[in-house]
Amino acid sequence: MSTKLATANQPMISISNVSKFFGDFRALDDVSLTVDRGEVLMIVGPSGSGKSTLLRCINHLEVPDAGEIIIDGKHVKPQERELNAIRAEVGMVFQRFELFPHLTVLENICLAQQKVRKSSRSESEKVARGLLEKVGIPEQANKYPPKLSGGQQQRVAIARSLAMQPKVILFDEPTSALDPEMINEVLDVMLTLAREGMTMVVVSHEMGFARKAAHQVVFMDGGTIVEQGTPEQVFGAPQHERTKLFLSRILH
Amino acid sequence: MAADLPPSTSLQPPTNKRFNWRTFPWWLVAIGLIIAYMGFRIISDPAYTNIFEAILTGLGTTLMVTGISFICALILGLLLGLGRVSRNVLLRNISIGYIEFIRGVPILVLIFTISFAVVPALSKGMGLDPSKISLIARAIIALVLIYAAYIAEIFRAGIESISRGQMEAARSLGLTHAQAMRYVILPQAFRNVLPALGNDLIAILKDSSLVSVLGVREITQVSRLSVSSSFKYEETYFILTAFYLTMTLVLSLLLQWLQRKMSSNVH
Ligand SMILES: Nc1ncnc2c1ncn2[C@@H]1O[C@H](COP(=O)(O)OP(=O)(O)OP(=O)(O)O)[C@@H](O)[C@H]1O
Ligand SMILES: [Mg+2]
Repeated sequence: MSTKLATANQPMISISNVSKFFGDFRALDDVSLTVDRGEVLMIVGPSGSGKSTLLRCINHLEVPDAGEIIIDGKHVKPQERELNAIRAEVGMVFQRFELFPHLTVLENICLAQQKVRKSSRSESEKVARGLLEKVGIPEQANKYPPKLSGGQQQRVAIARSLAMQPKVILFDEPTSALDPEMINEVLDVMLTLAREGMTMVVVSHEMGFARKAAHQVVFMDGGTIVEQGTPEQVFGAPQHERTKLFLSRILH
Repeated sequence: MAADLPPSTSLQPPTNKRFNWRTFPWWLVAIGLIIAYMGFRIISDPAYTNIFEAILTGLGTTLMVTGISFICALILGLLLGLGRVSRNVLLRNISIGYIEFIRGVPILVLIFTISFAVVPALSKGMGLDPSKISLIARAIIALVLIYAAYIAEIFRAGIESISRGQMEAARSLGLTHAQAMRYVILPQAFRNVLPALGNDLIAILKDSSLVSVLGVREITQVSRLSVSSSFKYEETYFILTAFYLTMTLVLSLLLQWLQRKMSSNVH
């Protein structure tokens, strides 16, 4: 209903007072955050601080126990039908790629176009080939994912998200399962997307990417947002002890 | 974190083609020789030839009962297996209850119970005349109902063997739960359970001998009938044994070949 009211200055993602429990354990504690259109938000923080949980709450892979999430003016609710429609517009890239190993690279990129968007085979393949070109591996179209290197697989995963023409892409540590020499080929693709104005939420500790692309950095600890600001503010002049401690550990 | 990467190649076909007496399948040669010897006796000895031809009349029934039962049990087993992992409490409990019920009763007993108690009761309930349902149909119904429970457990294990991330990746693209199952989880699960399903096909083939107790004229029943008039126990039961051995061996080699072909196709 509020779709029509969506305007250019309405945030793309608005997270308000979100909490998430696993049993008695509070993984997210009253988190609020907004992501503007075209903004690249980076989330950093120690292991177990709730970064993945927050990301997964955005597209309801985890359903929050409290609070609300609004994406492009649409309230994300657990009801299947609406949720599927929203998820189709919110891409997600996983640490372990999660390509479908029984489908070729091309089929991986076409599956959701055909089954969710109902686009034709030829149409979806055209889109898929275009995207493979964009991520720099057009020659791998007919291979099965396990045959590709980690960096190539992650680029296919990004292409698979892009095929749905998402409004936002969520990245959960997209380079941390990669061998060092493959990290840059993935980051380069992400940089291109950022420059093209894609709204991105990225959980990552890649400082180079943060400096080049992030508009906002959020530092999380213990399920809460401890500090947020521009990369210069958070990395250059952290205000909180916990942030300083964390940064001293990842920068060395 | 490189160790976390999925293996790029598993299940490579053996590249070493040289003869190795340690790994050579001597057992296969031995069983092959036994079968060949029986074949020789059947050709050269008229007594064996006659019995062989008698048993052969039941082969079609054995194969038909096995084939139809297996295909139907696959379908019912898949449905039960999906029910078994369903988030719907009712569906899940019905499936688990059914599976545990069947697995808690001997197959031979179930064949009697289903053929002479369940089928008549159900057909009366549906207003049909139970005497119109042939014994062979009852045998197939019994094998399907029994094996569906075993196959359901295979499918459950197969579905649960696929990592949660696959479902999440599919759902994050906007696929419904059913679509994710259909296009992402089940094809992978199916490939993983192929060897187990193959074993069950062989098991149904062997257990089809049990329906001889219903008087269905498959090879075991035909052999028993033949023996009751000829009294040639030794010849008859050796030949019957050779029949099953040949069929199970051929099936298992076929399945191994199929599996090797599938795994080398993809990975
Ligand atoms: N499904 C779950 N069941 C129980 N506990 C969970 C579950 N998912 C996450 N947790 C717990 O919630 C906390 C936050 O987890 P989360 O994965 O969000 O952390 P993270 O910041 O992404 O850490 P990492 O850097 O290790 O990925 C952790 O303590 C984790 O053990
Ligand atoms: Mg995480």
